[in-house]
Amino acid sequence: MAMSYVWIVFVVAAIVCGALTGRLDAVGSAALEGAAEAVKLTISLAGALCLWNGVLEVMRAAGIDRAIAKAARPLLRRLLPDVADNDEALGAAAANISANLLGLGNAATPTGIRAAKLMAVGDRATDSLCAFVVLNTASIQLIPATVAALRSSLGASSPFDILPATLLSSVCALVAGLAAERLFRRFTREKRL
Amino acid sequence: MTAVLSALLPGVLAVVGCAALIRRVDLFSSLVGGAKEGINVSLGILPTLVILFAAIYMLRASGALDMLCDLLSPVASAVGIPAECLPLALIRPFSGSGALALGADIIREAGADSLVGRTAAVMLGSTETTFYVIAVYFGGAGVTKSRHALPAALVADIVGFCAAAMFCRLFFG
Repeated sequence: MAMSYVWIVFVVAAIVCGALTGRLDAVGSAALEGAAEAVKLTISLAGALCLWNGVLEVMRAAGIDRAIAKAARPLLRRLLPDVADNDEALGAAAANISANLLGLGNAATPTGIRAAKLMAVGDRATDSLCAFVVLNTASIQLIPATVAALRSSLGASSPFDILPATLLSSVCALVAGLAAERLFRRFTREKRL
Repeated sequence: MTAVLSALLPGVLAVVGCAALIRRVDLFSSLVGGAKEGINVSLGILPTLVILFAAIYMLRASGALDMLCDLLSPVASAVGIPAECLPLALIRPFSGSGALALGADIIREAGADSLVGRTAAVMLGSTETTFYVIAVYFGGAGVTKSRHALPAALVADIVGFCAAAMFCRLFFG
C-alpha cells in the first residue's frame, strides 16, 4: 500500500513540475520510454541472474550453505543470548544468516520467519529477536551479485570493484545496528508493577 | 586488488563447481535448474520495474528529481552522501524493487563507473528493505509489539548509507 502513495506522488510531482518548467511533452513521452527501458534492463539482467542462480543452486546442493550455518552457530549464540540453549531456534537463525551471506533470497525469508517464530515469546519482541532483525536488515552479503549484475548491464568496466566498499559498509551498518539495539533495549523494556 | 576482483566470478564458478563434484553433485543439471529459477526471478521483477520506471522517468524528465537534489544538497553535504543518491536512501527501507529501479536510474544517469553511480550501487548492496523484513518476520511470528527493532534497524540503515558514501569516496574519489 505504501508503494501506491509513492507512485502517485511521483506521477503528480512529475506533472506539476513538468507544467512549471514547460517540459510536459517530455514527461508524456518519458512514461513510455521508461516502461520500454524497464524491459530492456530486465532482459540484460536476466542473463546474470540466471547464471548466479545456477551457482547458488550448486552451492545449496553441495551443502555449502549448511557448512556456513554450522560455522555461524557459535557467533550467533553470543549475539542472541536468549536462545543460546534453544538448539532448534539457533539452527533456524544460522540457516537464515547463511542464506543471507550467500544471497539466497528465496531461502532467507522462510528460514528467517521460522527462526523468528521459534525465538518469539508471546506478542512482545525479545532483545534477541530485535538483534536478529538487525542482523537481517544490515544485509551482510559475501558477494553482491544483483548489484554487480545491475552495474554490468549499465556498462561498468569492472562490476565487482564495489565489493570491498559494500562489505565494509555492511559491517559498519551491522555494528551500529547491534550497538543501537543494546542502547535502546532498556527504553522499551516492560515496566514491572 | 582490481585483478583479484575481476577474477572473483570465474573463481567462484571454479571453486563451487569443484566442491560440487567432490560432493558428487550433478553439477550441470544443478546449474541449469538454478538458472531456470533465475528466469522466474527476472520475470517476477519485470512488471514492478515497468510500473516504477514509468513514474521515475516522468519524474526525471519533468526536472523534479533535479529540483529535489538541489533542495536536498545542504542535507547531503552535511552527511557526506552525494545529493543524487539521497532519494535512494529515502526509498530503500520501504521498497526493494523501488530502490532497484531508482538505483538503476541513478547509475544510468551518472554513469556506472562514476563516484555517484558507485555510491548508489554500494548503498543498494549494503542495506536491506527494513520495513519489509520487520513486517514479514514479526507478522509470521505473531509478534505485534516490535519494541526497539525498527529504530535499531534504521540506525543500521543510516550508518550503512553514510559508510557507503565514505568508502566510495575513499576508494574511488
